[in-house]
Amino acid sequence: MLEVSNLACSRGDHLLFSGLSLTLQSGQIMQVQGENGKGKTSLLRTLCGFILPDEGRITWYGDDVRDLSEEYFASLLYLGHHNAIKDELSALENLQISAGLAGITLDERQAVSALRRLGLKGRERLPTKVLSQGQRRRVALARLLVGNAKLWVLDEPLTALDVGAVALIQELIGEHLGKHGMVIFTTHQPLVIGDIEISRLSLL
Amino acid sequence: MNQLSVVHLLVLVVRRDLLLAMRRRADVLTILVFFILVVSLFPLGVGPEMGMLRKMAPGVLWVAALLASMLSLGRLFSADYLDGTLEQMMLTPQSLSVLVLGKMIAHWLVSGLPLVLMAPVLGLQFDMPAQGLLVLMIGLLIGTPILSMLGAIGAALTLGLRGGGVLLSLLVLPLCIPVLIFGTGAVEAVASGLSAVSNLSLIAALLMLCLVFTPWVAAQALRISME
Repeated sequence: MLEVSNLACSRGDHLLFSGLSLTLQSGQIMQVQGENGKGKTSLLRTLCGFILPDEGRITWYGDDVRDLSEEYFASLLYLGHHNAIKDELSALENLQISAGLAGITLDERQAVSALRRLGLKGRERLPTKVLSQGQRRRVALARLLVGNAKLWVLDEPLTALDVGAVALIQELIGEHLGKHGMVIFTTHQPLVIGDIEISRLSLL
Repeated sequence: MNQLSVVHLLVLVVRRDLLLAMRRRADVLTILVFFILVVSLFPLGVGPEMGMLRKMAPGVLWVAALLASMLSLGRLFSADYLDGTLEQMMLTPQSLSVLVLGKMIAHWLVSGLPLVLMAPVLGLQFDMPAQGLLVLMIGLLIGTPILSMLGAIGAALTLGLRGGGVLLSLLVLPLCIPVLIFGTGAVEAVASGLSAVSNLSLIAALLMLCLVFTPWVAAQALRISME
């Protein structure tokens, strides 16, 4: 369970939000809403520990995430604006390396099947610099299929994706929630996960 | 999908950075060519008098190695920072220090080791005696990793700053002075018939000290820079 209480965050002198509290239980999904520049990304990055909050506490099953640190990171998957893939490496190498950084060993068969599910059949061994924006995003999203992170933090996961890929991501999120996972995300596109209710948090 | 041990993570990072360096070979060659050029310019600049060249050789080689290793430092973290890989690295369930150590090792293998191997050839240009060349090489072998490690701290601190490259050199170069003094001191000691062991031991001590502290310091600096 992820619990945030009385969180305040500022960038420079500008206060983005304060007094923010939220709770995310197993199997729940939350969408962070707000106009551009209202601090959606900052909130997600604060949850990942990149940004120190001005005030407030973030706890993971009752323990402060700052004390847990590495233990918390093991159960966290963050997908940011950047794809975190290297142009010089192939999709396969990229996926294997990012899985490795997340502390998981992944053999080639598992990696290939994850990439195929993301619709990258026949592109696994090409350098990612020859892939399109959408395909690169798919390589990054393949990380959702490997590993066993409980909490997914997804910042604009749907950018550059076509209709088919959006449907696939919705399916993946649905499966993750079915396995008692948690998801917190931002998007400006409509996202529907079967009949699961999405709780919404608005940053004003 | 098994958990990865610390050693595996270290190997993974080193292999990844070496693989990337192999795919971007021009970057590696630039450093080596820079080193060769700088060293070769000195005889042209100061004239071909053998006695003087022999005397300045260790200093010239060490300073050139220092400058050459500065060249690639800017890219040490910035490429990963720009494409978001660094964010993923911060979220590794293993210690970030280990990961940083891996990047330091890879940086040394790519930009330090070639200089060590090239140095004796360049030393011949300066008519350095065989024993001097050997001591120079040993000194560089244990000294250049220190440059990579101290440089990594500077690179982490200046991450994402505009004009960070110049600032990085200003931060790191003064810290490298002890290595420079002991490194050239070792060669001079041998040239004047003394033992180089004391100087080399001091560099080795510095190396051990850096090995213990710099990965952790650079990891902390990265966390600050990422905010």
